[in-house]
Amino acid sequence: MAKVRGAIVVDTERCKGCELCVGACPTDVIGMEEEVNSKGYHYAYMKNPEACTGCVNCAIICPDGVISVYRVKTS
Amino acid sequence: MAEITLDQIIQPENLVYTKSRIMTDTVLHYCPGCGHGTAHRLLAEVIEELDLQADTIGVAPVGCSVLMYNYMDVDMQEAAHGRAPALATAIKRLMPEKFVFTYQGDGDLAAIGTAETIHACNRGENITILFINNGIYGMTGGQMAPTTLPDMKASTCPYGRDVRMMGNPLKITDIVATLPGSYYVTRQSVHTPGNVRKAKKAIRKAVEYQKRNQGTCFVEIVSNCNSGWKMTPADANQWLEENMLPFYPLGDLKVPEE
Repeated sequence: MAKVRGAIVVDTERCKGCELCVGACPTDVIGMEEEVNSKGYHYAYMKNPEACTGCVNCAIICPDGVISVYRVKTS
Repeated sequence: MAEITLDQIIQPENLVYTKSRIMTDTVLHYCPGCGHGTAHRLLAEVIEELDLQADTIGVAPVGCSVLMYNYMDVDMQEAAHGRAPALATAIKRLMPEKFVFTYQGDGDLAAIGTAETIHACNRGENITILFINNGIYGMTGGQMAPTTLPDMKASTCPYGRDVRMMGNPLKITDIVATLPGSYYVTRQSVHTPGNVRKAKKAIRKAVEYQKRNQGTCFVEIVSNCNSGWKMTPADANQWLEENMLPFYPLGDLKVPEE
């Protein structure tokens, strides 16, 4: 069965840690890193990368446009 | 079959979404979670999709989005407080082939700029107005705005807006929809991914309709101000849905007759 796999890349320096992407993700992929960026924000990362479907919800809710989304179909 | 690795997924040919190239790499100065960034990005995406970058002139307001010209790679002009529709009128009349938009908050558009807004829309100026309504003066420290809800707290009404003393909130989008000069009037929000998608469609219509030369296109975007509302971004979006949207219901208020 074809399966869709996705992945996100977060521009960690521009992320402000607002956590809107965490709530927008339907498959609970995104968490906030314990480390902080140079401005002191906890930035988003994929805590559960296997579950990502590349649905783009996190990227379109992100006010700062820091998330890029990649998607492939695997068979 | 071997499991696919993240490195195999993250390849340029698999890219499905990234920030529009119309948005510059300047870090937005907005508070974390602010809807302004989302609204900027939607407008930038529409301009990119319609290939209007070279033909766009934007007018930035006074308010939180005063530095908008740093964030979008299009020609922009800064207006005096509230006067963006007047400036946009002049630009559009001088250069009718350009796409001209204003981007204004509720303090700019619905308070000091009420006259300019109503007259520009009533004259049917062929411009597109994006109106960000977060019910508060964000930049100056969370004071009560014309759009502040009844009983909503702000720094100048710490016990909540008392409508008997402070008057009623102004639904300026509803007023604009009644004017003969307005062509397309809609109210959207950017607090959930679904609403962001709808808002983008509305902005796209408002941009495309300007080519028809029929009147003012007006898009209100109900947005959050988590700093002014003293909430986390996620809580602010929840509060917006429960309190702002019943008072400012989403949807088209005026659509062109096809």
